Amino acid sequence: MEITQNAVAGTIESSDIMITVNPNATQEISISLDSSVEKQFGQQIRKVIEETIKKLGVKAVKVTAVDKGALDCTIQARTITAIHRAAKKDTYDWKEIDSWNA
Amino acid sequence: MERLRRTMMFVPGANAAMLRDAPLYGADSIMFDLEDAVSLKEKDAARTLVHFALKTFNYQEVETVVRINGLDTVGAEDVEAVVLAGVNVIRLPKTETAQDIVDVDEVITQVEKRNHIPVGTTKMMAAIESAEGVLNAREIAKASDRLIGIALGAEDYVTSMKTRRYPDGQELSFARNMILHSARAAGIAAIDTVYSDVDNVAGLEAEVRHIKQLGFDGKSVINPRQIPLVNAIYTPTEKEIQNAKEVIWGIREAEAKGSGVISVNGKMVDKPIVERAERVIALARAAKLITEEDI
Repeated sequence: MEITQNAVAGTIESSDIMITVNPNATQEISISLDSSVEKQFGQQIRKVIEETIKKLGVKAVKVTAVDKGALDCTIQARTITAIHRAAKKDTYDWKEIDSWNA
Repeated sequence: MERLRRTMMFVPGANAAMLRDAPLYGADSIMFDLEDAVSLKEKDAARTLVHFALKTFNYQEVETVVRINGLDTVGAEDVEAVVLAGVNVIRLPKTETAQDIVDVDEVITQVEKRNHIPVGTTKMMAAIESAEGVLNAREIAKASDRLIGIALGAEDYVTSMKTRRYPDGQELSFARNMILHSARAAGIAAIDTVYSDVDNVAGLEAEVRHIKQLGFDGKSVINPRQIPLVNAIYTPTEKEIQNAKEVIWGIREAEAKGSGVISVNGKMVDKPIVERAERVIALARAAKLITEEDI
């Protein structure tokens, strides 16, 4: 998927995460994270976001994440929605997505 | 054993924390809402969140229900996302005719077939929320083998009837009875509407006693605080449980002896009494007042 526009998914309510994605001219995945649990889980949150992006076939994107204690499944869900919105893709390949966590 | 549906809790599909916490409150069913509780531009996000919640969290014995959008909007996309996530029941809002049910049934069948899920795995329920829907309730209730129940959605219904909700519920009398009779004739569950005034405990109690008296299986709830009260009203008393046990024991003994008619405590016991006793036992077991060994 190719990121063609800015998009946001998620909220800054407790147990959620807000994922903002922008096109990245440098052809890489960059992730900036602000989390209430940065010390304990920062590395894991970044990993979930990055893996999700790669599995969606995105090679270049700038991600800004504001985390309020989201679980991995919420981080995945919000990342997937943000990327689909930014790639202007309305349909989801659920079978493919479910195979990642099988 | 017949599944109990004393309480069906509404959970907004876009709220990550509530999707996670929903099974903790003791509701028999939880209904994730992708329809009215989700704004138009957040439909995709809520659908994705609900898909992941269904795949990830362990809802155990709690029945999972998703209220989808109508097929005229994004309903078909909702169906695919939640069927693949293994939802128990899809709830169609604003059901007006039997054809509405047939149409959603067909979409579910296509998704199940495409994904090698046995056809019929996903159940359905219909919310009836208009004068047209109430008048067609009988046909709606028999429109699909997937249907496990029909529910009254009173807020839209009273608006379609040019009235509003009153404390005594008189304005819902015909709709409730129509839905109840249609459900019973079809052999499926009847679920009553929500009670929106969360702080009015006495009002909720009066309404639940009323719908239980009519014969509803249970009630939709919009706040976890309402669950213990509704479940408690549907919980049989000690005396009712004892009577039910004696009926069950009596019928067992009569069957062992090969006699058809029995009497318990001097009263003749026939089929309707046995069925009522079985429901009391089921409710008592759901409330964990008795175990299988007790009967």
